[in-house]
Amino acid sequence: MSLITPDFGLLFWMTLIFGIVFFVLAKFGFPAITGMVEKRSGKIEDSLRKADEAEKKLASIAREQERLLEEAHLEQSRILKEASEAREKIISTAKEEASREAEKIFNTAKTQIEAERESAIRDIRHQVSLISLELAEKVIRKKLEDGNEQLALLDRMVDEASKTRLN
Amino acid sequence: MRKLKFILLTLLALLPARLQAEELDMDTYLFSHINDAYSWHITTVNGHHVSIPLPVILYSKESGFHLFSSARLAHEGSSYRGFTIAPAGQKWENKIVEQQPDGSVTRPLDLSITKNVLGLMINGLLLVVIVLLTARWYRRHDAMKEAPRGLPGIMEMIITMVEDDIIKDSIGKDYKRYSPYLLTAFFFIFINNLMGIVPFFPGGANTTGNIAVTLVLAICTFLAVNLFGNKHYWKDILWPDVPMAIKCPLPLMPLIEIVGIFTKPFSLMVRLFANILAGHCMILGVVAVIFLTAELGAAMNAGMTVVAVCLGVFMDILELLVAFIQAYVFTMLSAVFIGLSRQEGE
Repeated sequence: MSLITPDFGLLFWMTLIFGIVFFVLAKFGFPAITGMVEKRSGKIEDSLRKADEAEKKLASIAREQERLLEEAHLEQSRILKEASEAREKIISTAKEEASREAEKIFNTAKTQIEAERESAIRDIRHQVSLISLELAEKVIRKKLEDGNEQLALLDRMVDEASKTRLN
Repeated sequence: MRKLKFILLTLLALLPARLQAEELDMDTYLFSHINDAYSWHITTVNGHHVSIPLPVILYSKESGFHLFSSARLAHEGSSYRGFTIAPAGQKWENKIVEQQPDGSVTRPLDLSITKNVLGLMINGLLLVVIVLLTARWYRRHDAMKEAPRGLPGIMEMIITMVEDDIIKDSIGKDYKRYSPYLLTAFFFIFINNLMGIVPFFPGGANTTGNIAVTLVLAICTFLAVNLFGNKHYWKDILWPDVPMAIKCPLPLMPLIEIVGIFTKPFSLMVRLFANILAGHCMILGVVAVIFLTAELGAAMNAGMTVVAVCLGVFMDILELLVAFIQAYVFTMLSAVFIGLSRQEGE
């Protein structure tokens, strides 16, 4: 029977001991531990969330980067196209200019050449007349070695001279 | 291995069975282990008892206050200041009684530090030391940067398990108010269960297998449930949502509910007490097989000893499991009852 009848002394001491143990543990033991554990699990959760956010941010940065890269590529090709266009234009205008200039130079050269030719022809004529004069002189001198001849020639020459004068 | 067994058995068979001389009194053997006692018996060497005497504290209406060592009453039938331990078979057996001058026997108010009280003190102190050491770790370290190892690590694991699996799930949002009590109850029961399995001092006191101890624990849960129960809880008991016929002229349902208030902690008390007591009895019974078979001859005794030791190891491991499960169940049911008393109406 003593097994199932609670003994008063033991009841009393058990209440006291359990009360003291409960008081000490509830005041100094468990709240300190559970509080810290909770704080730490809170921090871990927080860190995980932050890591997730950082990952998302990183992904968005990568996307942004890609976008910027794409934009830069477009800009580059656009600039290249513009540059090639500008080059084409410059070359074409230069060509035009050059051809115009060339034409001008060609024309000037042509007129100059004409003038040169003219003066050269004139010169040649003059030279030819001088040479013929000299030849004539020589021929005449030869012919004038005899007297008659000299007179006849003189006459002829006068005639001739007067004829040209008159003409 | 087989050879070793053979040699052992032969040696045992050759031994003269001297145990026959001392016949085992099963009742005394069993109850001296599972019952409370005024002194802490450790062992017996050559018929001489080695035990720790404990203080006896008594208050008698006739002779007043008494404090003396239990060694004064150690021998059977010895008397001191008119106090004796009532022999088996009489009223108040194995308790201290006072012989009155007129020949009648009375029971004084007995606040002695018995074996179980000392066991509770040792276990309680052990628990306080362990938990405060764990708490000190958290004060000395930055728990944000490192996790505890060793004792604080194990304690943190168990505390987190109890709090997350039992307390938070069963009680709900205001679990923080009850968590110190439930944690204390869990660890108090657990450490007492474990120390009860240890077969020698300072373990071996059958604390949680004593109904007074489980009664106090059950009363604590009873108070925690009913003192802080909310309006919805009391309405459910006194005016439950059932057809009018079974609550109005004759308050059948309220009566059942009121009985339920008391049966819940009662079941807690009996469950813990009976489980631990039964575990102790099983282990003691298995060990007793060794001594009971001594009469059947050395060979039989040796064979049974091997069986008993194997069974004993099995039982001890089972009891380790039971020690944890019973602490877990007590805490979980307490938490569930508290949770029901805090439930808000839909």
